Amino acid sequence: MKVDKTPLPGIGMRKDIVTSSGRRIGTVTQRDGETALIISRQDDPDACLVSIPLTADEAATLGNLLGAHQLVAQLTEEHRDLPGVNTRQFLVAGGSPFDGYRLGDTLMRTRTGTSVVAAMREGKVEPSPSPDFILLAGDLLIVVGTAEGLDAAADILSGG
Amino acid sequence: MSWERRRAWTPPPTSLAAAETGLEPDSALTLIELGAVFFCLGILGRLAGRIGLSPIPLYLLGGLFFGHGGLIELDGLDQFSEIASEIGVILLLLMLGLEYTAKELVTGLRQSWLAGVLDIVLNFTPGAVVALLLGWGPVGAMVMGGVTYISSSGIVAKVLTDLGRLGNRETPVVLSLLVFEDLAMAVYLPILTTVLAGASFVGGLQAVGISLVVVTVVLIIALRFGTVVSAVVDSKDREVFLLTVLGAALLVAGVAAAMQVSAAVGAFLLGIAISGATATTATRILEPLRDLFAAIFFVVFGLNTDPATIPPVLGFAVLLALITAITKIATGWWAARRHGVGRLGRARAGVALIARGEFSIVIAGLAVASGAVTGELAALATAYVLLTAVFGPVAARVVEPVMGWLQRTPRPQRLPAG
Repeated sequence: MKVDKTPLPGIGMRKDIVTSSGRRIGTVTQRDGETALIISRQDDPDACLVSIPLTADEAATLGNLLGAHQLVAQLTEEHRDLPGVNTRQFLVAGGSPFDGYRLGDTLMRTRTGTSVVAAMREGKVEPSPSPDFILLAGDLLIVVGTAEGLDAAADILSGG
Repeated sequence: MSWERRRAWTPPPTSLAAAETGLEPDSALTLIELGAVFFCLGILGRLAGRIGLSPIPLYLLGGLFFGHGGLIELDGLDQFSEIASEIGVILLLLMLGLEYTAKELVTGLRQSWLAGVLDIVLNFTPGAVVALLLGWGPVGAMVMGGVTYISSSGIVAKVLTDLGRLGNRETPVVLSLLVFEDLAMAVYLPILTTVLAGASFVGGLQAVGISLVVVTVVLIIALRFGTVVSAVVDSKDREVFLLTVLGAALLVAGVAAAMQVSAAVGAFLLGIAISGATATTATRILEPLRDLFAAIFFVVFGLNTDPATIPPVLGFAVLLALITAITKIATGWWAARRHGVGRLGRARAGVALIARGEFSIVIAGLAVASGAVTGELAALATAYVLLTAVFGPVAARVVEPVMGWLQRTPRPQRLPAG
Protein backbone atom coordinates (compact mmCIF):
# COMPACT_ATOMS: atom_id res chain seq x y z
CA MET A 1 0.00 0.00 0.00
CA LYS A 2 1.42 3.35 -1.02
CA VAL A 3 1.41 6.00 1.67
CA ASP A 4 1.71 9.57 0.35
CA LYS A 5 3.90 11.69 2.60
CA THR A 6 3.46 15.41 2.04
CA PRO A 7 5.52 17.85 4.13
CA LEU A 8 3.59 20.82 5.46
CA PRO A 9 6.33 23.43 5.88
CA GLY A 10 6.21 25.05 9.29
CA ILE A 11 3.44 22.76 10.49
CA GLY A 12 4.35 19.09 10.14
CA MET A 13 3.58 16.19 7.87
CA ARG A 14 0.53 14.78 6.15
CA LYS A 15 0.41 11.06 5.44
CA ASP A 16 -2.49 9.59 3.58
CA ILE A 17 -3.66 6.71 1.44
CA VAL A 18 -6.34 6.64 -1.23
CA THR A 19 -8.86 3.88 -0.63
CA SER A 20 -10.33 1.74 -3.40
CA SER A 21 -13.53 3.79 -3.03
CA GLY A 22 -11.56 6.92 -3.87
CA ARG A 23 -11.44 8.51 -0.41
CA ARG A 24 -8.28 9.94 1.10
CA ILE A 25 -7.67 8.74 4.67
CA GLY A 26 -4.66 9.61 6.73
CA THR A 27 -3.11 11.67 9.46
CA VAL A 28 -1.72 15.15 9.91
CA THR A 29 1.06 15.19 12.48
CA GLN A 30 2.11 18.58 13.77
CA ARG A 31 5.57 19.47 15.03
CA ASP A 32 4.55 19.20 18.67
CA GLY A 33 3.39 15.62 18.05
CA GLU A 34 -0.32 16.44 17.87
CA THR A 35 -1.92 14.00 15.46
CA ALA A 36 -5.25 14.27 13.71
CA LEU A 37 -7.15 11.71 11.69
CA ILE A 38 -8.27 13.14 8.36
CA ILE A 39 -10.87 11.79 5.95
CA SER A 40 -11.48 13.47 2.62
CA ARG A 41 -14.84 14.77 1.53
CA GLN A 42 -16.79 12.82 -1.02
CA ASP A 43 -17.83 15.72 -3.23
CA ASP A 44 -14.46 17.48 -2.99
CA PRO A 45 -11.52 15.08 -2.64
CA ASP A 46 -9.14 18.02 -2.05
CA ALA A 47 -10.90 18.97 1.17
CA CYS A 48 -11.37 17.15 4.45
CA LEU A 49 -14.69 16.02 5.82
CA VAL A 50 -13.25 15.78 9.31
CA SER A 51 -9.99 16.37 11.08
CA ILE A 52 -10.20 14.62 14.44
CA PRO A 53 -7.42 15.26 16.97
CA LEU A 54 -6.20 12.00 18.54
CA THR A 55 -4.12 11.46 21.67
CA ALA A 56 -1.24 8.97 21.44
CA ASP A 57 -3.40 6.39 23.25
CA GLU A 58 -6.35 6.91 20.95
CA ALA A 59 -4.20 6.70 17.83
CA ALA A 60 -2.57 3.48 19.05
CA THR A 61 -5.92 1.94 19.92
CA LEU A 62 -7.40 2.91 16.58
CA GLY A 63 -4.37 1.38 14.87
CA ASN A 64 -4.90 -1.83 16.83
CA LEU A 65 -8.58 -1.97 15.99
CA LEU A 66 -7.90 -1.61 12.29
CA GLY A 67 -4.86 -3.90 12.29
CA ALA A 68 -6.60 -6.58 14.37
CA HIS A 69 -9.57 -6.59 12.05
CA GLN A 70 -7.35 -7.98 9.35
CA LEU A 71 -5.60 -10.44 11.68
CA VAL A 72 -8.92 -11.82 12.98
CA ALA A 73 -10.23 -12.17 9.45
CA GLN A 74 -7.10 -14.08 8.48
CA LEU A 75 -7.31 -16.42 11.48
CA THR A 76 -11.03 -17.01 10.95
CA GLU A 77 -10.24 -17.93 7.37
CA GLU A 78 -7.59 -20.41 8.52
CA HIS A 79 -9.94 -22.00 11.08
CA ARG A 80 -12.82 -22.30 8.66
CA ASP A 81 -12.36 -26.04 8.35
CA LEU A 82 -12.38 -26.54 12.12
CA PRO A 83 -15.98 -26.24 13.29
CA GLY A 84 -16.37 -24.87 16.80
CA VAL A 85 -13.11 -22.91 16.74
CA ASN A 86 -13.64 -19.16 16.84
CA THR A 87 -11.37 -16.14 16.80
CA ARG A 88 -12.26 -12.96 18.61
CA GLN A 89 -10.49 -9.76 19.65
CA PHE A 90 -10.64 -8.27 23.12
CA LEU A 91 -9.53 -4.81 24.10
CA VAL A 92 -7.82 -4.43 27.47
CA ALA A 93 -9.92 -1.45 28.56
CA GLY A 94 -8.69 1.41 30.73
CA GLY A 95 -10.42 0.08 33.85
CA SER A 96 -9.55 -3.59 33.33
CA PRO A 97 -8.36 -5.34 36.51
CA PHE A 98 -5.45 -6.79 34.52
CA ASP A 99 -4.05 -3.45 33.32
CA GLY A 100 -0.37 -3.73 34.31
CA TYR A 101 -0.54 -7.43 35.22
CA ARG A 102 1.02 -10.47 33.54
CA LEU A 103 -1.00 -12.34 30.93
CA GLY A 104 -0.48 -15.49 33.07
CA ASP A 105 -2.29 -13.77 35.96
CA THR A 106 -5.58 -13.96 34.07
CA LEU A 107 -5.44 -17.80 34.15
CA MET A 108 -7.44 -17.61 30.94
CA ARG A 109 -6.31 -20.88 29.43
CA THR A 110 -6.90 -22.78 32.72
CA ARG A 111 -10.31 -21.23 33.33
CA THR A 112 -11.75 -21.09 29.80
CA GLY A 113 -9.64 -23.29 27.54
CA THR A 114 -8.97 -20.35 25.20
CA SER A 115 -5.54 -19.24 24.02
CA VAL A 116 -4.22 -15.79 23.30
CA VAL A 117 -2.54 -16.17 19.92
CA ALA A 118 -1.46 -12.55 19.50
CA ALA A 119 -1.44 -9.24 21.27
CA MET A 120 -1.42 -5.92 19.44
CA ARG A 121 0.11 -2.83 20.91
CA GLU A 122 0.56 0.52 19.14
CA GLY A 123 -0.03 -1.13 15.80
CA LYS A 124 2.61 -3.82 16.37
CA VAL A 125 1.82 -7.50 16.69
CA GLU A 126 3.26 -9.62 19.50
CA PRO A 127 2.72 -13.20 18.29
CA SER A 128 2.04 -15.92 20.91
CA PRO A 129 2.63 -13.71 23.95
CA SER A 130 4.20 -15.61 26.85
CA PRO A 131 2.51 -15.78 30.29
CA ASP A 132 5.02 -13.12 31.39
CA PHE A 133 3.67 -10.60 28.84
CA ILE A 134 2.54 -7.50 30.75
CA LEU A 135 -0.93 -6.35 29.70
CA LEU A 136 -1.52 -2.64 29.29
CA ALA A 137 -4.71 -0.70 28.70
CA GLY A 138 -5.18 -0.27 24.95
CA ASP A 139 -3.70 -3.69 24.11
CA LEU A 140 -5.81 -5.80 21.83
CA LEU A 141 -5.75 -9.56 22.43
CA ILE A 142 -6.55 -11.99 19.63
CA VAL A 143 -8.05 -15.03 21.31
CA VAL A 144 -8.93 -18.44 19.83
CA GLY A 145 -11.34 -20.87 21.47
CA THR A 146 -14.90 -22.18 21.58
CA ALA A 147 -17.79 -19.71 21.64
CA GLU A 148 -18.49 -20.44 25.34
CA GLY A 149 -14.80 -20.22 26.22
CA LEU A 150 -14.53 -16.86 24.50
CA ASP A 151 -17.59 -15.49 26.33
CA ALA A 152 -16.01 -16.56 29.62
CA ALA A 153 -12.69 -14.98 28.58
CA ALA A 154 -14.47 -11.71 27.86
CA ASP A 155 -15.99 -11.74 31.36
CA ILE A 156 -12.59 -12.40 32.93
CA LEU A 157 -10.88 -9.56 31.08
CA SER A 158 -13.53 -7.02 31.91
CA GLY A 159 -14.46 -8.13 35.43
CA GLY A 160 -11.65 -10.33 36.76
CA MET B 1 2.62 63.57 11.77
CA SER B 2 3.37 63.61 15.41
CA TRP B 3 5.12 60.24 15.34
CA GLU B 4 8.16 61.90 13.88
CA ARG B 5 8.84 63.62 17.13
CA ARG B 6 9.62 60.42 18.94
CA ARG B 7 11.49 58.78 16.16
CA ALA B 8 15.04 58.89 17.45
CA TRP B 9 15.53 56.73 20.47
CA THR B 10 18.16 57.95 22.89
CA PRO B 11 19.39 55.78 25.73
CA PRO B 12 17.72 56.81 28.97
CA PRO B 13 20.40 58.73 30.89
CA THR B 14 18.52 58.47 34.17
CA SER B 15 17.96 54.76 34.26
CA LEU B 16 21.03 53.92 36.33
CA ALA B 17 20.38 56.71 38.76
CA ALA B 18 16.79 55.56 39.06
CA ALA B 19 17.92 52.05 39.88
CA GLU B 20 20.10 53.37 42.67
CA THR B 21 17.60 55.70 44.24
CA GLY B 22 14.54 53.53 43.88
CA LEU B 23 11.53 54.27 41.70
CA GLU B 24 11.21 57.81 40.53
CA PRO B 25 7.85 59.33 39.68
CA ASP B 26 8.74 58.89 36.00
CA SER B 27 9.13 55.15 36.24
CA ALA B 28 5.95 54.91 38.30
CA LEU B 29 4.14 56.58 35.41
CA THR B 30 5.81 54.17 32.98
CA LEU B 31 4.71 51.19 35.05
CA ILE B 32 1.14 52.42 35.26
CA GLU B 33 0.94 53.12 31.54
CA LEU B 34 2.64 49.88 30.58
CA GLY B 35 0.39 47.92 32.90
CA ALA B 36 -2.70 49.63 31.55
CA VAL B 37 -1.63 48.94 27.95
CA PHE B 38 -0.92 45.25 28.61
CA PHE B 39 -4.15 44.88 30.48
CA CYS B 40 -6.13 46.40 27.62
CA LEU B 41 -4.24 44.19 25.14
CA GLY B 42 -5.20 41.18 27.21
CA ILE B 43 -8.84 42.16 27.00
CA LEU B 44 -8.54 42.83 23.25
CA GLY B 45 -6.80 39.45 22.79
CA ARG B 46 -9.62 37.73 24.64
CA LEU B 47 -12.14 39.50 22.43
CA ALA B 48 -10.17 38.43 19.34
CA GLY B 49 -10.19 34.81 20.51
CA ARG B 50 -13.93 35.01 21.16
CA ILE B 51 -14.70 36.07 17.58
CA GLY B 52 -12.00 33.85 16.07
CA LEU B 53 -9.84 36.72 14.87
CA SER B 54 -6.10 37.25 14.89
CA PRO B 55 -5.26 39.68 17.71
CA ILE B 56 -2.91 41.72 15.46
CA PRO B 57 -5.56 44.07 14.01
CA LEU B 58 -6.96 44.66 17.48
CA TYR B 59 -3.49 45.48 18.84
CA LEU B 60 -3.08 48.03 16.05
CA LEU B 61 -6.49 49.50 16.82
CA GLY B 62 -5.56 49.62 20.50
CA GLY B 63 -2.39 51.50 19.60
CA LEU B 64 -4.34 53.95 17.44
CA PHE B 65 -6.83 54.50 20.22
CA PHE B 66 -4.15 55.57 22.68
CA GLY B 67 -1.10 57.55 21.74
CA HIS B 68 -0.56 60.55 19.56
CA GLY B 69 -3.77 62.04 18.27
CA GLY B 70 -5.70 59.32 20.08
CA LEU B 71 -7.72 59.64 23.25
CA ILE B 72 -4.89 59.39 25.74
CA GLU B 73 -1.28 60.35 25.20
CA LEU B 74 1.18 57.92 26.70
CA ASP B 75 4.46 59.73 27.19
CA GLY B 76 6.02 57.53 29.87
CA LEU B 77 6.41 54.62 27.47
CA ASP B 78 8.89 56.03 24.99
CA GLN B 79 12.08 54.65 26.51
CA PHE B 80 10.86 51.15 27.08
CA SER B 81 8.67 50.73 24.05
CA GLU B 82 11.27 51.70 21.46
CA ILE B 83 13.71 48.94 22.31
CA ALA B 84 10.92 46.51 23.26
CA SER B 85 9.31 46.84 19.85
CA GLU B 86 12.69 46.27 18.19
CA ILE B 87 13.07 43.08 20.22
CA GLY B 88 9.53 42.22 19.12
CA VAL B 89 10.56 42.35 15.47
CA ILE B 90 13.66 40.25 16.15
CA LEU B 91 11.63 37.61 18.00
CA LEU B 92 8.96 37.56 15.26
CA LEU B 93 11.60 36.79 12.65
CA LEU B 94 13.54 34.38 14.88
CA MET B 95 10.38 32.34 15.47
CA LEU B 96 9.60 32.44 11.76
CA GLY B 97 13.03 30.97 11.09
CA LEU B 98 12.53 28.34 13.79
CA GLU B 99 9.31 27.22 12.11
CA TYR B 100 11.14 26.04 9.02
CA THR B 101 14.00 23.64 8.62
CA ALA B 102 16.60 24.47 6.00
CA LYS B 103 15.53 21.37 4.09
CA GLU B 104 11.93 22.54 3.93
CA LEU B 105 13.07 25.92 2.67
CA VAL B 106 15.19 24.43 -0.09
CA THR B 107 12.51 21.97 -1.26
CA GLY B 108 9.86 24.67 -0.92
CA LEU B 109 11.95 27.00 -3.04
CA ARG B 110 12.50 24.35 -5.66
CA GLN B 111 8.82 23.40 -5.87
CA SER B 112 7.19 26.79 -5.74
CA TRP B 113 9.60 29.28 -7.23
CA LEU B 114 7.46 29.88 -10.30
CA ALA B 115 4.35 30.53 -8.22
CA GLY B 116 6.55 32.56 -5.88
CA VAL B 117 7.71 34.82 -8.69
CA LEU B 118 4.12 35.27 -9.88
CA ASP B 119 3.22 36.14 -6.28
CA ILE B 120 5.87 38.88 -6.23
CA VAL B 121 4.86 40.33 -9.60
CA LEU B 122 1.12 40.35 -8.88
CA ASN B 123 1.21 41.54 -5.30
CA PHE B 124 4.24 43.83 -5.08
CA THR B 125 3.12 45.89 -8.07
CA PRO B 126 -0.20 47.28 -6.73
CA GLY B 127 1.41 48.68 -3.59
CA ALA B 128 4.30 50.16 -5.53
CA VAL B 129 1.99 51.75 -8.10
CA VAL B 130 -0.25 53.33 -5.47
CA ALA B 131 2.80 54.70 -3.65
CA LEU B 132 4.04 56.26 -6.89
CA LEU B 133 0.57 57.70 -7.61
CA LEU B 134 0.59 59.29 -4.17
CA GLY B 135 3.96 60.81 -4.98
CA TRP B 136 5.96 58.92 -2.37
CA GLY B 137 8.82 58.25 -4.75
CA PRO B 138 10.75 55.06 -5.47
CA VAL B 139 11.58 54.45 -1.79
CA GLY B 140 7.91 54.71 -0.83
CA ALA B 141 7.05 52.41 -3.74
CA MET B 142 9.52 49.82 -2.54
CA VAL B 143 8.09 49.93 0.98
CA MET B 144 4.42 49.78 -0.06
CA GLY B 145 5.20 46.99 -2.53
CA GLY B 146 6.62 44.97 0.34
CA VAL B 147 3.60 45.76 2.51
CA THR B 148 1.11 44.50 -0.08
CA TYR B 149 3.29 41.55 -1.14
CA ILE B 150 3.73 39.55 2.01
CA SER B 151 0.87 37.50 3.42
CA SER B 152 0.73 36.94 7.15
CA SER B 153 2.02 33.42 7.72
CA GLY B 154 0.76 33.66 11.31
CA ILE B 155 -2.83 34.49 10.35
CA VAL B 156 -2.85 32.02 7.43
CA ALA B 157 -1.58 29.13 9.55
CA LYS B 158 -4.14 29.94 12.25
CA VAL B 159 -7.00 30.11 9.78
CA LEU B 160 -6.01 26.82 8.12
CA THR B 161 -5.75 25.12 11.52
CA ASP B 162 -9.01 26.59 12.85
CA LEU B 163 -10.96 25.60 9.75
CA GLY B 164 -9.55 22.05 9.79
CA ARG B 165 -7.87 22.49 6.42
CA LEU B 166 -4.43 21.15 7.33
CA GLY B 167 -5.23 17.86 5.61
CA ASN B 168 -6.47 19.53 2.43
CA ARG B 169 -4.63 19.05 -0.83
CA GLU B 170 -4.24 22.77 -1.50
CA THR B 171 -2.70 23.42 1.94
CA PRO B 172 0.89 22.37 1.05
CA VAL B 173 0.65 24.74 -1.94
CA VAL B 174 -0.37 27.63 0.32
CA LEU B 175 2.33 26.80 2.85
CA SER B 176 5.11 26.58 0.28
CA LEU B 177 4.06 29.98 -1.09
CA LEU B 178 4.41 31.33 2.44
CA VAL B 179 7.86 29.72 2.67
CA PHE B 180 8.85 31.45 -0.54
CA GLU B 181 7.58 34.80 0.73
CA ASP B 182 9.48 34.43 3.98
CA LEU B 183 12.69 33.62 2.12
CA ALA B 184 12.04 36.60 -0.14
CA MET B 185 11.87 38.70 3.03
CA ALA B 186 15.39 37.57 3.88
CA VAL B 187 16.59 39.19 0.68
CA TYR B 188 14.15 42.10 0.65
CA LEU B 189 14.71 43.39 4.19
CA PRO B 190 18.48 43.97 3.83
CA ILE B 191 17.88 45.80 0.55
CA LEU B 192 15.15 47.86 2.18
CA THR B 193 17.42 48.70 5.11
CA THR B 194 20.13 49.92 2.75
CA VAL B 195 17.72 51.92 0.60
CA LEU B 196 16.09 53.49 3.66
CA ALA B 197 19.54 54.47 4.91
CA GLY B 198 19.79 56.52 1.73
CA ALA B 199 22.29 54.37 -0.14
CA SER B 200 22.85 54.76 -3.85
CA PHE B 201 21.82 52.29 -6.53
CA VAL B 202 25.24 50.66 -6.30
CA GLY B 203 24.90 50.45 -2.54
CA GLY B 204 21.55 48.74 -3.02
CA LEU B 205 23.08 46.22 -5.42
CA GLN B 206 25.85 45.60 -2.91
CA ALA B 207 23.24 44.89 -0.23
CA VAL B 208 21.48 42.44 -2.58
CA GLY B 209 24.79 40.69 -3.18
CA ILE B 210 25.71 40.52 0.50
CA SER B 211 22.27 39.30 1.58
CA LEU B 212 22.11 36.64 -1.16
CA VAL B 213 25.55 35.36 -0.16
CA VAL B 214 24.68 35.41 3.56
CA VAL B 215 21.35 33.61 2.99
CA THR B 216 23.05 30.95 0.86
CA VAL B 217 25.87 30.44 3.36
CA VAL B 218 23.41 30.14 6.25
CA LEU B 219 21.28 27.64 4.31
CA ILE B 220 24.35 25.54 3.57
CA ILE B 221 25.54 25.74 7.19
CA ALA B 222 22.04 24.83 8.40
CA LEU B 223 21.82 21.87 5.99
CA ARG B 224 25.28 20.53 6.80
CA PHE B 225 25.96 21.64 10.36
CA GLY B 226 22.47 22.39 11.70
CA THR B 227 23.07 19.93 14.53
CA VAL B 228 26.23 21.79 15.57
CA VAL B 229 24.46 25.16 15.73
CA SER B 230 21.64 23.50 17.65
CA ALA B 231 24.09 21.85 20.04
CA VAL B 232 25.71 25.21 20.82
CA VAL B 233 22.46 26.83 21.97
CA ASP B 234 20.87 23.68 23.39
CA SER B 235 20.69 23.07 27.12
CA LYS B 236 18.59 20.84 29.33
CA ASP B 237 18.04 23.68 31.76
CA ARG B 238 15.11 25.87 30.69
CA GLU B 239 16.56 29.05 32.11
CA VAL B 240 20.00 28.52 30.57
CA PHE B 241 18.39 27.61 27.27
CA LEU B 242 16.19 30.69 27.23
CA LEU B 243 19.11 32.99 27.99
CA THR B 244 21.37 31.33 25.40
CA VAL B 245 18.81 31.42 22.59
CA LEU B 246 17.69 34.96 23.32
CA GLY B 247 21.27 36.12 23.76
CA ALA B 248 22.34 34.47 20.51
CA ALA B 249 19.38 36.02 18.68
CA LEU B 250 20.06 39.55 19.93
CA LEU B 251 23.80 39.18 19.27
CA VAL B 252 23.30 37.93 15.72
CA ALA B 253 20.65 40.60 15.11
CA GLY B 254 22.92 43.32 16.44
CA VAL B 255 25.88 42.18 14.37
CA ALA B 256 23.66 41.91 11.29
CA ALA B 257 22.38 45.43 11.90
CA ALA B 258 25.93 46.71 12.27
CA MET B 259 26.74 45.09 8.91
CA GLN B 260 23.69 46.81 7.37
CA VAL B 261 21.97 43.44 6.73
CA SER B 262 18.92 44.23 8.91
CA ALA B 263 18.67 42.94 12.47
CA ALA B 264 15.48 41.04 11.75
CA VAL B 265 17.07 39.03 8.96
CA GLY B 266 19.96 38.03 11.20
CA ALA B 267 17.48 36.62 13.69
CA PHE B 268 15.55 34.88 10.90
CA LEU B 269 18.69 33.17 9.61
CA LEU B 270 19.68 32.09 13.13
CA GLY B 271 16.21 30.57 13.45
CA ILE B 272 16.72 28.58 10.27
CA ALA B 273 20.11 27.30 11.43
CA ILE B 274 18.63 25.96 14.68
CA SER B 275 16.86 22.72 13.85
CA GLY B 276 15.24 19.57 15.10
CA ALA B 277 14.29 19.08 18.75
CA THR B 278 16.21 22.21 19.74
CA ALA B 279 14.01 24.27 17.43
CA THR B 280 10.84 22.75 18.89
CA THR B 281 11.95 23.49 22.45
CA ALA B 282 13.10 26.97 21.50
CA THR B 283 9.71 27.65 19.91
CA ARG B 284 7.90 26.55 23.04
CA ILE B 285 10.10 28.60 25.36
CA LEU B 286 10.20 31.75 23.23
CA GLU B 287 6.53 31.81 22.29
CA PRO B 288 5.30 33.79 25.33
CA LEU B 289 8.18 36.25 24.95
CA ARG B 290 7.44 36.67 21.24
CA ASP B 291 3.74 37.25 21.98
CA LEU B 292 4.62 39.90 24.56
CA PHE B 293 7.21 41.82 22.56
CA ALA B 294 5.38 41.49 19.25
CA ALA B 295 2.26 42.88 20.92
CA ILE B 296 4.34 45.84 22.10
CA PHE B 297 5.63 46.27 18.57
CA PHE B 298 2.13 46.40 17.06
CA VAL B 299 0.89 48.74 19.75
CA VAL B 300 3.87 51.07 19.37
CA PHE B 301 3.28 51.16 15.64
CA GLY B 302 -0.35 52.04 16.29
CA LEU B 303 0.64 54.55 18.98
CA ASN B 304 2.94 56.37 16.60
CA THR B 305 0.30 56.56 13.90
CA ASP B 306 -1.99 59.53 14.27
CA PRO B 307 -5.57 58.30 13.71
CA ALA B 308 -6.33 61.64 12.05
CA THR B 309 -4.00 60.68 9.17
CA ILE B 310 -6.03 57.59 8.31
CA PRO B 311 -9.27 58.99 6.79
CA PRO B 312 -7.47 60.79 3.91
CA VAL B 313 -5.80 57.53 2.80
CA LEU B 314 -8.71 55.21 3.62
CA GLY B 315 -9.97 55.21 0.04
CA PHE B 316 -6.58 54.08 -1.23
CA ALA B 317 -6.39 51.44 1.50
CA VAL B 318 -9.76 49.97 0.48
CA LEU B 319 -8.79 50.06 -3.19
CA LEU B 320 -5.44 48.39 -2.46
CA ALA B 321 -7.09 45.78 -0.25
CA LEU B 322 -9.57 44.92 -3.01
CA ILE B 323 -6.98 44.76 -5.78
CA THR B 324 -4.47 42.74 -3.77
CA ALA B 325 -7.19 40.39 -2.55
CA ILE B 326 -7.89 39.61 -6.19
CA THR B 327 -4.20 39.26 -7.06
CA LYS B 328 -3.60 36.92 -4.10
CA ILE B 329 -6.59 34.81 -5.12
CA ALA B 330 -5.16 34.67 -8.64
CA THR B 331 -1.77 33.59 -7.26
CA GLY B 332 -3.23 30.85 -5.07
CA TRP B 333 -5.60 29.72 -7.83
CA TRP B 334 -2.79 29.38 -10.33
CA ALA B 335 -0.40 27.64 -7.91
CA ALA B 336 -3.06 25.18 -6.74
CA ARG B 337 -4.11 24.40 -10.31
CA ARG B 338 -0.53 23.47 -11.14
CA HIS B 339 -0.75 20.86 -8.40
CA GLY B 340 -3.93 19.35 -9.81
CA VAL B 341 -6.26 20.79 -7.18
CA GLY B 342 -9.94 21.29 -8.13
CA ARG B 343 -11.73 24.63 -8.54
CA LEU B 344 -13.01 24.82 -4.98
CA GLY B 345 -9.57 23.99 -3.60
CA ARG B 346 -8.00 26.63 -5.86
CA ALA B 347 -10.39 29.24 -4.51
CA ARG B 348 -9.62 28.17 -0.93
CA ALA B 349 -5.88 28.43 -1.63
CA GLY B 350 -6.20 31.92 -3.08
CA VAL B 351 -8.47 33.31 -0.39
CA ALA B 352 -6.29 31.86 2.38
CA LEU B 353 -3.46 34.13 1.23
CA ILE B 354 -5.39 37.42 1.45
CA ALA B 355 -4.53 38.27 5.07
CA ARG B 356 -1.55 40.58 5.51
CA GLY B 357 -0.30 41.16 8.99
CA GLU B 358 2.81 41.16 11.09
CA PHE B 359 5.41 41.44 8.32
CA SER B 360 3.65 44.23 6.45
CA ILE B 361 3.75 46.16 9.72
CA VAL B 362 7.42 45.19 10.23
CA ILE B 363 8.23 46.64 6.80
CA ALA B 364 6.21 49.80 7.37
CA GLY B 365 7.70 50.10 10.85
CA LEU B 366 11.26 49.93 9.52
CA ALA B 367 10.44 52.55 6.91
CA VAL B 368 8.77 54.91 9.34
CA ALA B 369 11.53 54.54 11.93
CA SER B 370 14.15 55.47 9.32
CA GLY B 371 12.29 58.69 8.57
CA ALA B 372 12.87 58.18 4.85
CA VAL B 373 9.17 58.01 4.02
CA THR B 374 6.15 60.17 4.70
CA GLY B 375 3.97 59.57 7.76
CA GLU B 376 0.98 58.94 5.51
CA LEU B 377 2.63 55.65 4.60
CA ALA B 378 2.21 54.44 8.17
CA ALA B 379 -1.45 55.42 8.03
CA LEU B 380 -2.00 53.65 4.71
CA ALA B 381 -0.15 50.53 5.87
CA THR B 382 -2.13 50.45 9.12
CA ALA B 383 -5.49 50.82 7.39
CA TYR B 384 -4.50 48.29 4.73
CA VAL B 385 -3.34 45.65 7.22
CA LEU B 386 -6.44 46.21 9.37
CA LEU B 387 -8.67 45.65 6.35
CA THR B 388 -6.95 42.54 5.00
CA ALA B 389 -6.27 40.96 8.40
CA VAL B 390 -9.98 41.20 9.22
CA PHE B 391 -11.36 40.50 5.76
CA GLY B 392 -8.94 37.63 4.93
CA PRO B 393 -10.03 35.16 7.62
CA VAL B 394 -13.70 36.04 7.05
CA ALA B 395 -13.27 35.41 3.32
CA ALA B 396 -11.57 32.08 4.07
CA ARG B 397 -14.67 31.07 6.01
CA VAL B 398 -17.23 32.04 3.37
CA VAL B 399 -15.30 31.04 0.24
CA GLU B 400 -16.97 27.63 -0.08
CA PRO B 401 -20.60 28.80 -0.01
CA VAL B 402 -19.72 31.71 -2.28
CA MET B 403 -18.03 29.40 -4.79
CA GLY B 404 -21.01 27.04 -4.63
CA TRP B 405 -23.32 29.96 -5.36
CA LEU B 406 -21.07 31.20 -8.21
CA GLN B 407 -20.84 27.83 -9.88
CA ARG B 408 -24.52 26.96 -9.42
CA THR B 409 -23.79 23.47 -10.63
CA PRO B 410 -25.45 20.51 -8.97
CA ARG B 411 -23.11 18.58 -6.73
CA PRO B 412 -21.94 15.26 -8.15
CA GLN B 413 -24.08 12.27 -7.27
CA ARG B 414 -23.03 10.63 -4.04
CA LEU B 415 -21.08 7.46 -4.60
CA PRO B 416 -22.02 4.41 -2.58
CA ALA B 417 -20.44 4.79 0.84
CA GLY B 418 -16.92 3.46 0.82
